[in-house]
Amino acid sequence: MKKNFSLLSHRAGAAFLAPAAALVGVFVLLPFFWVIFVSFTNRTLLGKTALNPDFVGLANYFQLFDPATFFTRGQFGFSLILTTQFVLLSALVGQALLGLLLAWLMQTIPPALKRIVETAVIAAWILPEVVIGFAWFAFLDYDNGTLNMILRGLGLPAGDFLLQQPFWVIVIFNTWRGAAFSMMLFNSAFASIPPSYFQAADVAGASSWQKFRDIGLPLIRGHVVTDLILITMWTFNVFTPFILTNGGPSYRTELLSIYNYRIAFREFDFGKGAAVGVIIMLINLAFALIYLSFGRKKAKAVQE
Amino acid sequence: MSNRLRALYLGLATATTMITPAFAVDLTVICRCVVGGVNSETATWIKESVIPGFTEKMKAEGKDVTVSLNEFGGKDEQMTQQLALDFSTGAGADVAAFDGFLIPSFVEGGLLKPLDEVAGAAVNDWEGWSHISEGAKSLMSYGGKAYGLALGTDVRAIFVRKELLKSAGLDPDTFQPKSWAELLDAARAIKKANPDSFPLQLNAGVNMGEATTMQGYYMAILGTGESVVDENGKYIVASQGILDTLNLYKTIYVDEQLGDQRAQLLGDGRNRTFTNFRDGKTALLVEGDWFFNSVMAPGAEFGLENRDAEVTWASMPAQEPGKGYRGQDYVTVSGGTGFVLNPATKNPAEAWALLSYMNSQESLTAFQGFREARRIRDDVATPNNVYLQKTQESLLSLTTARPNDPNYNKVSAEIQRMTESVVSGEASPADAMAAYKAAVIAIVGEANTVSKL
Repeated sequence: MKKNFSLLSHRAGAAFLAPAAALVGVFVLLPFFWVIFVSFTNRTLLGKTALNPDFVGLANYFQLFDPATFFTRGQFGFSLILTTQFVLLSALVGQALLGLLLAWLMQTIPPALKRIVETAVIAAWILPEVVIGFAWFAFLDYDNGTLNMILRGLGLPAGDFLLQQPFWVIVIFNTWRGAAFSMMLFNSAFASIPPSYFQAADVAGASSWQKFRDIGLPLIRGHVVTDLILITMWTFNVFTPFILTNGGPSYRTELLSIYNYRIAFREFDFGKGAAVGVIIMLINLAFALIYLSFGRKKAKAVQE
Repeated sequence: MSNRLRALYLGLATATTMITPAFAVDLTVICRCVVGGVNSETATWIKESVIPGFTEKMKAEGKDVTVSLNEFGGKDEQMTQQLALDFSTGAGADVAAFDGFLIPSFVEGGLLKPLDEVAGAAVNDWEGWSHISEGAKSLMSYGGKAYGLALGTDVRAIFVRKELLKSAGLDPDTFQPKSWAELLDAARAIKKANPDSFPLQLNAGVNMGEATTMQGYYMAILGTGESVVDENGKYIVASQGILDTLNLYKTIYVDEQLGDQRAQLLGDGRNRTFTNFRDGKTALLVEGDWFFNSVMAPGAEFGLENRDAEVTWASMPAQEPGKGYRGQDYVTVSGGTGFVLNPATKNPAEAWALLSYMNSQESLTAFQGFREARRIRDDVATPNNVYLQKTQESLLSLTTARPNDPNYNKVSAEIQRMTESVVSGEASPADAMAAYKAAVIAIVGEANTVSKL
């Protein structure tokens, strides 16, 4: 690292940074350490431990990782595993693959059609979470849902998707919801590849798959990794499936974020809820570190 | 400061004093009540009777008070959530609707204060206390102190759609099952006559919240001669009674599909059970007075225009005659909801004035015109409502109440979970009970539990 130049003196720089640093300190760092502290207590909102919480050390963490209940539905371990499956299926397989496919197909279609597809996909992405959640609920409901009305109209048996296949519902929902981001990212990545590469390949008689495998994919590999890390983090923390399924039936769609919400704000068990929060924080920290280290590697590669 | 700025400040200050009269007081009431929605009559009563009457009364005393009603449209559990978070941050309405069973846990959590501590000596001088029995007072009390005033108390029974009963060849006028077996037989007969129906509704599952514990689990477990706690106040975590109760659920929802399993599992399940009853898909539904007098009231969301002609009721039988709680043939359980004062209210005197006005003879009598119920004041007569009169005779002497214990609502949540795992078909009654035992021991400690197996 070499220092190039400085616009301001150190003192002036610090003075300009101070308000932002104070805000970050009060609203980010303080709660951060407060949550860690609370996770070592048995503090609740109701009952005796609300006014006189005890310091319980790591008891909350031991309880979360208690092997006797770890895999039971509605417990921490179950949610953790469920969330991992959810991320693998809806983010990595669903969003990234669908986004990649859409982006690749869009390279070849006429611009007018491309714009229509882009608008439709992005619309799914920019609509507010709550609106989307209720729209999907209305779509999938057994008695009055649009999908079942169509199925019944076609003489097909109606499906009780939200109760029978709740996990697949939230996987498809999240894929649908997030594919736009991957599509846009890959779209611009493909656009950055010089067209002459593809023209040369066309002359050589390459098929679309060959062009994708040998030219497109290798040249956007960096974008793919960035995309995967980002959507993994977002999907890991997503809460919207709550609007569709309430985390149920019987905790079958209780992702870690929903589990955390239930423990802390429906059962008012702040100590245990904080412990879950700390673990989620650590997992996110790990993702962030991978992301940052990858970005650094890329920056280094560019410098060289 | 320049003269011009000073003038501006002065002007602003004058303007501000002009728009806020010196003694104006704003009060807010919150309840789970919406005009045209849930508890519509309560909302109408507050808006049309309480607020105008109270404002007038205050005006006569030289006080300018504005009262607004916050109509909360969510579920009971969400209302509890809202109040707990409001009270813990010193925010929220001045007078809040409240379910009595939550008082111990709120008090221990420092979220509620006794009425006289909030509003001072005026509370103890209130004329109303002499008209409220100790039992009615205890509905909203803890540790001998009153934290709020109950609007009334209730009992639970089986509500019956007459024509469905007739369709199965049963006579609604004499219908009174004497055991669980007779109740199930009636449901089976109705199911046979109407294969699309879900004849019996006994609340289960997490989504119905306390309605599962009170209207479902309690009504069954009391029939086995047990309760949630034993005579020493210890939570029963393993017993034949729990197993029999869970097996009853299993028979209804899993083995024979006598009840609507989906309604127990879905987020809006409780409303679905009301819809089923209204639409004649459910013939036998276990609920409280509130169901008859508010939910089914003609004109309400789930109302029946000819309610009195189409609906009758029966007492909930014990498992076998004489096998019920305290050796009873029939069982029921009571609760009470009412209003509390927010301990952080900025106008405690006026808030108490409002709460006591709501519970004055005049105001509660007016309430009878909106919704008939058993009121807590002895100078407000129980209306000439056949249902209330009859259940008063048959059930009030049989009733019991939930433990007045700060851990109760957590245990209640575990009861809801236990029933859900059985009705969804995921766990056998024995496994569900084992999970319940572990969870309750974690909440109250092993010393406060008892195992009867």
